[in-house]
Amino acid sequence: MSTISLHDTHHDDHGHGHHHETFLTKYVFSQDHKMIAKQFLITGIIMAVIAMLLSILFRIQLAWPDKSFPLLETFLGKWAEGGRIKPDFFLALVTIHGTIMVFFVLTAGLSGTFSNLLIPLQVGARDMASPFMNMLSYWFFFVACVIMMGSFFIQTGPASAGWTVYPPLSAVPKAMPGSGLGMTLWLISMILFVASSLMGGINYVSTILNMRTKGMSLWKMPLTIWAFFLTAILGILSFPVLVAGVVLLIFDRSFGTSFYLSDIVFGTEILSNEGGSPILWQHLFWFLGHPEVYIVIMPAMGLSSEIIAVNSRKPIFGYHAMVYSLIGITVLSLIVWGHHMFVTGMNPFLGGVFMITTLIIAVPSAVKTFNWLATLWRGNIRFTPGMLFAIGMVSFFISGGVTGIWLGNASLDINLHDTYFVVAHFHLVMGAAAIFGMLAGVYHWFPKMFGRMMDVKLAYLHFWVTFICAYLVFFPLHFIGLDGVPRRYYAFTEFEFMDKWITVNILVTWSAIIAALAQIAFLFNFFYSIFKGKKATQNPWQANTLEWTTPVERLHGNWPGEIPTVYRWPYDYSKPGAEEDFIGQNVPFSQTMSSNLPHDFEGNEEGERIQREWEAVNKPVQE
Amino acid sequence: MAALAALFIMCSSVNAFAQDAATATTKAVDMAKVHKTTAFYVLLFLLLCLFIAIIGKALKVYELTRETQDKPEGINWNTINAVIFVLFLIVGLYGVYWEYSVHGKMILPEAASEHGKKIDEMFNVTLWVTTLVFILTHIVLFIFTYVYRYNKNRRAYYYPHNNTIERIWTIVPAIVLTYLVLMGFFTWRSIFYKAEDPKNRAISIEVTSSQFLWDIRYPGPDAVVGKRNYKLTTAINGLGIDFNDKNSIDDLLADEIVLPVNKPVRFILSSKDVIHSFYMPHFRVQLNTVPGMTSYFEFTPTITTEEMRTKTNDPKFNYILLCSKICGTNHFNMQKNVRVVSEGEYKEWLAAQHPYLTDDLRKAFNLPVSVEAAPAVKDTTATTAAKVELDVKNQLALKK
Ligand code: HEM
Ligand SMILES: [Cu+2]
Ligand SMILES: [Cu+2]
Repeated sequence: MSTISLHDTHHDDHGHGHHHETFLTKYVFSQDHKMIAKQFLITGIIMAVIAMLLSILFRIQLAWPDKSFPLLETFLGKWAEGGRIKPDFFLALVTIHGTIMVFFVLTAGLSGTFSNLLIPLQVGARDMASPFMNMLSYWFFFVACVIMMGSFFIQTGPASAGWTVYPPLSAVPKAMPGSGLGMTLWLISMILFVASSLMGGINYVSTILNMRTKGMSLWKMPLTIWAFFLTAILGILSFPVLVAGVVLLIFDRSFGTSFYLSDIVFGTEILSNEGGSPILWQHLFWFLGHPEVYIVIMPAMGLSSEIIAVNSRKPIFGYHAMVYSLIGITVLSLIVWGHHMFVTGMNPFLGGVFMITTLIIAVPSAVKTFNWLATLWRGNIRFTPGMLFAIGMVSFFISGGVTGIWLGNASLDINLHDTYFVVAHFHLVMGAAAIFGMLAGVYHWFPKMFGRMMDVKLAYLHFWVTFICAYLVFFPLHFIGLDGVPRRYYAFTEFEFMDKWITVNILVTWSAIIAALAQIAFLFNFFYSIFKGKKATQNPWQANTLEWTTPVERLHGNWPGEIPTVYRWPYDYSKPGAEEDFIGQNVPFSQTMSSNLPHDFEGNEEGERIQREWEAVNKPVQE
Repeated sequence: MAALAALFIMCSSVNAFAQDAATATTKAVDMAKVHKTTAFYVLLFLLLCLFIAIIGKALKVYELTRETQDKPEGINWNTINAVIFVLFLIVGLYGVYWEYSVHGKMILPEAASEHGKKIDEMFNVTLWVTTLVFILTHIVLFIFTYVYRYNKNRRAYYYPHNNTIERIWTIVPAIVLTYLVLMGFFTWRSIFYKAEDPKNRAISIEVTSSQFLWDIRYPGPDAVVGKRNYKLTTAINGLGIDFNDKNSIDDLLADEIVLPVNKPVRFILSSKDVIHSFYMPHFRVQLNTVPGMTSYFEFTPTITTEEMRTKTNDPKFNYILLCSKICGTNHFNMQKNVRVVSEGEYKEWLAAQHPYLTDDLRKAFNLPVSVEAAPAVKDTTATTAAKVELDVKNQLALKK
């Protein structure tokens, strides 16, 4: 508890006005976690829009492979000579789209925004453990984004070996244009990105462990915090492995080492590298890569759990099971990476092992889904925009999750690996689900971030169009994959059996375009509401968690006075006997005598005695 | 109100921009047309925005009047969203049915290999299980959202947990998954751990990938594909075949993959430059080809191309080999024709294939180049068909 009093004094120092905020320290090099959260969010949104536009570009190519779009040449120049995107550029688009979406939008944009915003606010801390490192975390991320986008402006174009950048394709510049300078920039950007993630992650973990307010035991933390906590741990454990891999790849590319290269001949040119193995990269990459998909989805799960509980006006069903399944997912996700490598020629014995671990991880995921459904059961559901997106997240998680059972089965994966089936699977389960979790969070916590409300009707429009179109985009892709069409194909024109999918591709592309246009509703709503939205009240959703006890106006240090003390878990919604259908975490049991349950006292005999006495007096036998 | 105004501003400014663009480029004659169509679509979209803004405005006016007249809220958005969820469920279920029955019919035909049949069986079981879960959970999800939509006279049911139920829905998926895992595990083992049957030895075929083609090498009469050493690669020996290895001498060059039906074949896979993936979807066969590493895939094709043409009712049907690992510019067009034929046709075809070893290569490897040498090799290949099944040792003895 000493940390808390420490921080109180810290706050007092600042609170009494020695702390001058200039434009630069307030908006640019801010060390306030709420401002950093907004920086992450807005950068994340910009990157998401870019990645989305890239996907529209390559979707146009897939739908109309023979048609010329002169406008493309106007914008893209030599990449789209004659109005048609070139194969190399197509691969660059796919690669950068994937990289941005996974790392910049759904890792930094999602964790960075909501961990920063919610951890101090929900555990009851004045700020992050190390605000300075927190600021650095954002700026490393920003520079990583700039470098990644910068690779569009170089002669040979951006990295194009797929977001997994498998060597030798990515290691040897003559393998493809994108493996020249573009690849170097990709690697540098990635190192900066990992540095950013680590600084963020270490901060999140130490804040959660050391700076919780009085009474906030681990088992009283909202599921959002549990999710951010485990996500950060997972990131800390797995991201360094990616750096190791990246550094070795840089050595192979620039200093003539042979970690990943051996026995390579281009045409008749024999490379001198000997003794390395391209498979090593895949192990290192997927040791991060698989946990990465959970790094992407777990925060979305945490946000959705919270939003679903608040808006069903019900406690989350099976809080403990929800936490244990998150822990289970965290641990298991570190030992399933081999399911991405079933058909690499890796020892088939390993394939068997990874298949078993992979299908085990489906169990905690299933538990989470059932618990969400049980939370809705007999709820009193308010369809706030956040809630709509949280429900959408559950739907996508189911739809994408079930196909994971196919892909995790090594025997089935033989024919599904690297086909459009995989594209359909991961877009639903980690793309759409995580994006919806993130949007749910944005709508729900917008009032906390900006002190204003977003427009509800535009949000409805945004939700319904996006929800429907996302299914129209990704559902048909399963069948293309089941027909044996590999992914990362520039055009479906060279194989007769793919002809029949052209109409489907057109449908998918149109749906993607409409979905993209629907995001304008969001962008408009978001930026407009920052300045002109309806003023928010302190607790607009009648939620229990601590962030809603802070004043609407942004305040360095979060609470004007003392940090509230926590007495109860965050899910006392619709408790029988209570006056209102929610009881904040900071409300002591002594103020809610009429709704206390024996379980609430956790074996505290004094409390139980007082409660019994009170009931003897105040509760004449009911019914 | 303000939203409308802002939309208007947005509209008009973008509008002006579009017009600017349209007028600025009259110099490029064909571009003018392009810009006109672009401007048309932009306008169309702005019109849509305007339309939406008007509806939004109307809704707002309506609600405000209700409010001033002290009437209850006119539109119950909770109910509307709940109803849309139910509609989404109904239309969605039909959509899924439609997808399964229309696009589901366009997927790969039945497996044309022995292990592929097992995979397909498992595929079907998994399809049923997951479809059931997918449909049921979605019905529950959207029915709950409808039934338990907001009602201010009701309070939600405080129900934090139920250990029995939670145990059930942990254990049931665990059991189902155990079943699927075991099935997958044993199938996987049966595919990759094959006991060699001396009476029915698999035919070895070497496939080497490079940007963006497949090189196919059949063993000659000795039934063994000779060694390769990438360091021996030259312009005339693109694969770096080591002709000092006796087994290489009779190896045959093929420009398509021809397989005899119901005979096991063993593909020896490797790559010259980057990783590619040897993918023959009709046989449920895929394995990456990795430079510096040789891998093997053994299977038995069970349906000839002809039979498959009747089965699929497609006279143009062909098996195909594609590359499914991103490998560069022409990844999307890296193919090889594959034919499955009867034993007789196979032998006939094999007999017509030429050896890798040309005179130039003989010179390069200091092997005897006699005028007779060439036909002699031809002869050996001509008899290949007859000898394929003979024991390797026998053949070596014969040669000596
Ligand atoms: C705007 C909606 C989106 C559309 C239309 C879209 C479409 C696609 C398509 C068709 C591909 C496969 C291209 C191919 O393999 O030939 C692809 C690749 C990919 N997408 Fe998306 N996507 C969208 C959003 C997302 C999101 C939200 C994520 C976040 C996870 C994401 C992550 C990826 C990744 C990781 C790849 C693989 C890149 C690679 O192959 O290296 N996409 N996208
Ligand atoms: Cu994985
Ligand atoms: Cu390829």
